[in-house]
Amino acid sequence: MSEYKRPTSEIEFDHNFAQKKPLMNDTEAHFESSKCLFCYDAPCIQACPTGIDIPLFIKQINSGNLTGSARTIFESNWLGNACGKVCPTSELCEGACVFNHQDLPPIQIGRLQNFASSDAIKKDKKLFSVGPANGRKVAVIGSGGAGIACACELRTMGYEVDIFEAKSKPSGLTLHGIAAYKITNQEVEDEINYLEKQLGLNFICDHAIENKEQLAKLEQEYDAIFLGVGIGATAHIGLPGEDKANVIGAVEFIEELRMKHHQLKVPKRVIVIGGGNTAMDAASQSARLGAESVVLAYRRSKEDMGGYSFEYKFAISAGVDSLFNAQPVKIVGDETATGVQFIKTQSVSGKLENIVGSEYTVDADLVIKATGQAKQKHFLNLIDDLELDNRSRIVVNEKSFQCTNPKYFAGGDAVNGGAEIVNAAYEGKMAALGIENWLNAE
Amino acid sequence: MPNLSINFAGIKAPNPFWLASAPPTNSGYQVMKAFDAGWGGAVWKTLGVPVINVSSRYGAMNYGGSRMAGFNNIELITDRPLADNLKEIEEVKKYFPDHAVIASLMVETKEEWYQIIKDVENAGADGIELNFGCPHGMCERGMGSAVGQEPAVLQTIVEWVMEVANIPVITKLTPNISHIVDPGLAAARGGTNAISLINTIKSIIGIDLDTYAPYPVVDGKGTNGGYCGPAVKPIALEMVKELTQHPEIKNIPVSGIGGIETWRDAVEFILLGAESVQVCTAVMHYGFGIVREMKAGLEQFMIDKGYETIYDFKGKALPNVTEWKHLNLKHKVVASIDNDKCIGCELCYIACDDGAHQAIRIPETNGNRIPEIIDENCVGCNLCSLVCPVEECITMEQRDDGTQHLSWNDRSLADSIPTTFNDDRAGGKGHFVPTVDDALKHRKG
Repeated sequence: MSEYKRPTSEIEFDHNFAQKKPLMNDTEAHFESSKCLFCYDAPCIQACPTGIDIPLFIKQINSGNLTGSARTIFESNWLGNACGKVCPTSELCEGACVFNHQDLPPIQIGRLQNFASSDAIKKDKKLFSVGPANGRKVAVIGSGGAGIACACELRTMGYEVDIFEAKSKPSGLTLHGIAAYKITNQEVEDEINYLEKQLGLNFICDHAIENKEQLAKLEQEYDAIFLGVGIGATAHIGLPGEDKANVIGAVEFIEELRMKHHQLKVPKRVIVIGGGNTAMDAASQSARLGAESVVLAYRRSKEDMGGYSFEYKFAISAGVDSLFNAQPVKIVGDETATGVQFIKTQSVSGKLENIVGSEYTVDADLVIKATGQAKQKHFLNLIDDLELDNRSRIVVNEKSFQCTNPKYFAGGDAVNGGAEIVNAAYEGKMAALGIENWLNAE
Repeated sequence: MPNLSINFAGIKAPNPFWLASAPPTNSGYQVMKAFDAGWGGAVWKTLGVPVINVSSRYGAMNYGGSRMAGFNNIELITDRPLADNLKEIEEVKKYFPDHAVIASLMVETKEEWYQIIKDVENAGADGIELNFGCPHGMCERGMGSAVGQEPAVLQTIVEWVMEVANIPVITKLTPNISHIVDPGLAAARGGTNAISLINTIKSIIGIDLDTYAPYPVVDGKGTNGGYCGPAVKPIALEMVKELTQHPEIKNIPVSGIGGIETWRDAVEFILLGAESVQVCTAVMHYGFGIVREMKAGLEQFMIDKGYETIYDFKGKALPNVTEWKHLNLKHKVVASIDNDKCIGCELCYIACDDGAHQAIRIPETNGNRIPEIIDENCVGCNLCSLVCPVEECITMEQRDDGTQHLSWNDRSLADSIPTTFNDDRAGGKGHFVPTVDDALKHRKG
């Protein structure tokens, strides 16, 4: 049973979606930073996909060089503020903190990172500048984490960069696809504006690149093209009744929530199908929007869930119930969905089998599918010689992030199939360096 | 239960924990509160000539998450009227007849000394402490450390005092001198009944990076202060030892002062021959209640070791404090890492490699980040065990069998000291040093 009242104002929304990692105050940051051991060859650095020099930025916080601390962070990761808030730090840097080995709480690296980076953003500290113009132009398609990181890096090297964005606001999933209790819209926008001010990022929003003619034009006008297109809408899973209006995708649900906040209403009973982190987010957020009952239904066992256990616990703490070994059979209902019929499953020597005759129905007013996103296969196939792997991910060189069509580079979810923003930030930055090396070699 | 009471040069106190002459003993209110909390004695904030204090008086040296690892002040002696102080001393003694109240004094002329001694004796003080230590402000007027730094002057004043004093006299010394024995001897020769040390160390605690003025800043300017707090304890311990081991001074009772905050600190001073200890910074940080921890810890130590009085272990460490030349060159310890406790911070590795003797390696194969001691390179310096953040993870293990003893002194007497670096007996001969290539292996580009 969910414990949250339906938010009817922005204040109530902020209460229900209180930030999981709130900003530290000065005293908290001082004490927390004083605990860091400054490990040699620190495991936290190794665990960070962008390799931020974490002990250094923590020491800089403690010694009162907050600006230097922010520089250390942004030098490795252009989305250092967003990552401090939304990274699954217990699986990355904080999970690697040596304190874990003596059963001590790890240093709160994410929150310390945020403390330093948000200070620079708030005070508009100029840390970076556009490099001397080198006469080269790059088109970046998609303004998510990968695209922004690529563009920022290119700008410091003197490239002219145009960023094409289909939506009306830049930032991709950081703004549209992350649970609202992980980062606020304002925080996402502030970081982009901060980078934009220093590096003059040219966002061309409401401008989808979707046909061959547009691509041909880009190929002609730009020296290189970066694909930061992410992955697409929630995929069709072939469930009978799936097309009913109150059966929606989790990605779409989260985006609507991020844009509408308390104005988005959820009905009384919600079923979320899936076992990944997106499912956890969708379930937890449904509960926080005031749904009376939220059921997370996963076709395999609890242990098999792809979502992090801390995400699952967080959803449960919001009042989400869970069903395991529940394979959806069909959506029940005439005009609109009134429930989901499941069949019980069991694992027989590693293979999932339905238990014959074990069907049952759970009532619902809204069904959210968190069962994976369709890839951008159709769009990507418009590009000549662009190889995709068997899961429709763009094939790239693992160092330069150059595609099989050499004019194209790619990073983020379109390449890794759906990972964290920190991975996108790393890949976008590496692709920028790949572009530089490739053009220099030409 | 052990008996904590002391008879310090005739000054009796229920325990050896005294408040040092400082802001916590500025008034009868404070001293009575302190005695009520468990303190055994108090040295009253120095009485003397009229002064004016400045606003902004204290500065601190913080370390990591800890406040006041070091502390300094530019406050002068009491600025309260002498008559008020004398009245309050009398009052305290009425309420606490068995506690030690010692009047710290600082005046200039012989006549002034005579007069003020008479005053505090009439007020009922149990003893007198001569403040020859204050290293800021008062010394500019020829008092405090200005006296403590001139043994002849110090001795003369002690002699004046001893001519008239009817209660025990403690001479408080300044550490701002290269050889503490000189003022110690002067005090002894002047006839002092006891010695206390150390007063604060001349210091600049820090500089304000915006105003470029030293802390504590007084309207854009600052001055040197007196440094104290936990960070100064090692200096105080050494100076106490210098006196308690000196043949001409060792029979004079010593009150140890400097960075005492826990029972351990107090026991260390007593083991080096102090008979009472004086505390200031710990009280300024935590209040009088801190004495609960000190008393309980001292009692437990005495129970555990089977001591009945302070005098049972006073000076017990002194025979073990010797000169370097008498240390056993045959003694050999080597570091040992407990792999089960190691958390893989590798601080020991980098401390040894960059800061000591290149005797720790990170095995490339194990993948668990646990460093390895290279026994043949380990000189037993302790650095790794000191930087290790895990309790009892790195220990120093004895490798010699304990049967051999050979000191530099023994070798000198046997005319067996190395005379050239190529001498096989020279210490560093054959010591392992990595190559230039090793030094630059992480060089970029």
